Amino acid sequence: MAFPVNQLRNDFPILSTQVHGKPLVYFDNGATTQKPRQVIDRLVQYYETENSNVHRGAHHLSNLATVSFEGARNFIAQYINAQRTEEVIFTRGTTDSINLVASSFHSFIQKGDEVLITAMEHHSNLVPWQQLCKNKEAHLCVIQVLEDGMLDMPVARKMLSPKVKILAFTHISNVLGTINPVKELVAEAHRYNIPVLIDGAQAIAHVQVDVQELDCEFYAFSAHKAYGPMGTGVLYGKSEWLNKLPPCQFGGEMIDQVSFDKTVFNKLPYKFEAGTPNVADVLGMETALRYLDTLGIKNIQQYEDGLLEHATSSLLKIPGIKIIGRAKQKTAVISFIVEGIHPYDLGTLLDQMGIAVRTGNHCAQPLVESLGLNGTIRVSFGLYNTLSEVDYFIDSLKRAINMLL
Amino acid sequence: MTIKEKAQAVVEEFWMFDDWMDKYAYLIELGKDLPVIDSQFKTNNHLISGCQSRVWLHAEEQEGQIVFTADSDAVITKGIVSLLIRILSNHTPKEILEADFSFLESIGLQEHLSPTRANGLASMIKQIQLYARAFQLKSNQL
Ligand SMILES: Cc1ncc(COP(=O)(O)O)c(C=O)c1O
Repeated sequence: MAFPVNQLRNDFPILSTQVHGKPLVYFDNGATTQKPRQVIDRLVQYYETENSNVHRGAHHLSNLATVSFEGARNFIAQYINAQRTEEVIFTRGTTDSINLVASSFHSFIQKGDEVLITAMEHHSNLVPWQQLCKNKEAHLCVIQVLEDGMLDMPVARKMLSPKVKILAFTHISNVLGTINPVKELVAEAHRYNIPVLIDGAQAIAHVQVDVQELDCEFYAFSAHKAYGPMGTGVLYGKSEWLNKLPPCQFGGEMIDQVSFDKTVFNKLPYKFEAGTPNVADVLGMETALRYLDTLGIKNIQQYEDGLLEHATSSLLKIPGIKIIGRAKQKTAVISFIVEGIHPYDLGTLLDQMGIAVRTGNHCAQPLVESLGLNGTIRVSFGLYNTLSEVDYFIDSLKRAINMLL
Repeated sequence: MTIKEKAQAVVEEFWMFDDWMDKYAYLIELGKDLPVIDSQFKTNNHLISGCQSRVWLHAEEQEGQIVFTADSDAVITKGIVSLLIRILSNHTPKEILEADFSFLESIGLQEHLSPTRANGLASMIKQIQLYARAFQLKSNQL
């Protein structure tokens, strides 16, 4: 069956808006995705009929909100195939999830230890570790990226050693689109008992995420990059590890018993959820993931691969274009440059023609600079993009290049 | 011509085009035509912060008037700087400091630009005013 893209587009109200008098072509899904009506309605429904604080009152609404909230946790745990529901911690998003682990990891790092990351990390999976290493006089070691945008695996293997206390890397690069060999690298790390954190920000909406199959200790993602609301996300952690880590924020539901002398922390998952959670947006995240589940992530991936192939081959026909990131395993992200043209100029003209793309260093400054670039143009597709949008983009791009050269 | 007259001329030029793509095409031509800055001034000292593209601005005094030269690695940005320079170059510090920048609104530039570009434009204007103030102080001290 063909992917029902035209029908799906009707679910996304923003797609029928105009930009500078032109129909919106939204190719900045790597930054954030648009929201389907179902998600927007879920937020409204919550505030209109269920709003109440969770886990607290003995009254009807509070029970209702609590049941919905824990139901969302349950569904999300199933969606990523966590072994236990309490392994799903709600956070503000990927950045917050990574910071949680990095902060809690303080007691597991000694002077001279190593933290291993890769050269393709988003600042969110780099700076928290850099700060941790700075505070603990540990070393931040970086696995290099090869010219085609893949990790240097032989070097990665050599960098693993008992000195490494955690390995943190991205499932999919937000700049290059590379799908990293997570399972393989996790297995290599486990030979030295090194726990692994995966930044899943760019993966959750595009590929199947099965945390038991990946076997990583931690997995972080944001709802807003998977058609859900902003301001919420997940930290998955193996319960063995989450039980070991100390909480780093205190107050509210994360407490079991408290006196002025001491506090006993609540059990998982509440131990890491200080304060009133973002209930409405968690429910919106559940709705978004159910939406993906109904469509089938494999169907989505297959459809987006078609967009990627079409866009890549059309781009390569334009003289002067260089695609940055040619890994064999890629998601629907294309970074490119055009010889003699500043990405920002192209972005401005494409915007005039209604096309939203991202320009700059994509919060991965060390990567972009190591490629000898001062920025790229990035198009990143979502499930509602179409081949005819790609064609319109290619025509618009040619027009812009003609104006600028 | 006074700054005001030059600004008015620019506004009129812009209103010849109804379509923003044409206005951009015009800015791009201006950018391409901007005389290159002396490479000795393309240093970090002359770099204006707050732009996604890099902009270098240099100012010199010639017989009581300030002459600006500039460059950018992005050509639309260069076109915008070129407009500013055309209007503000060859005027005294006092004239520049008293200049009314509302012509930018008449062009529609500020509201049309992305926030990063609008910030960049604001930074350019601020830098131009800083140069004017510095030259004014210097001449007052003489
Ligand atoms: C690979 C990667 N990691 C982390 C993040 C940060 O996500 P958030 O801003 O939702 O915390 C992003 C988002 O741009 C990303 O692409």
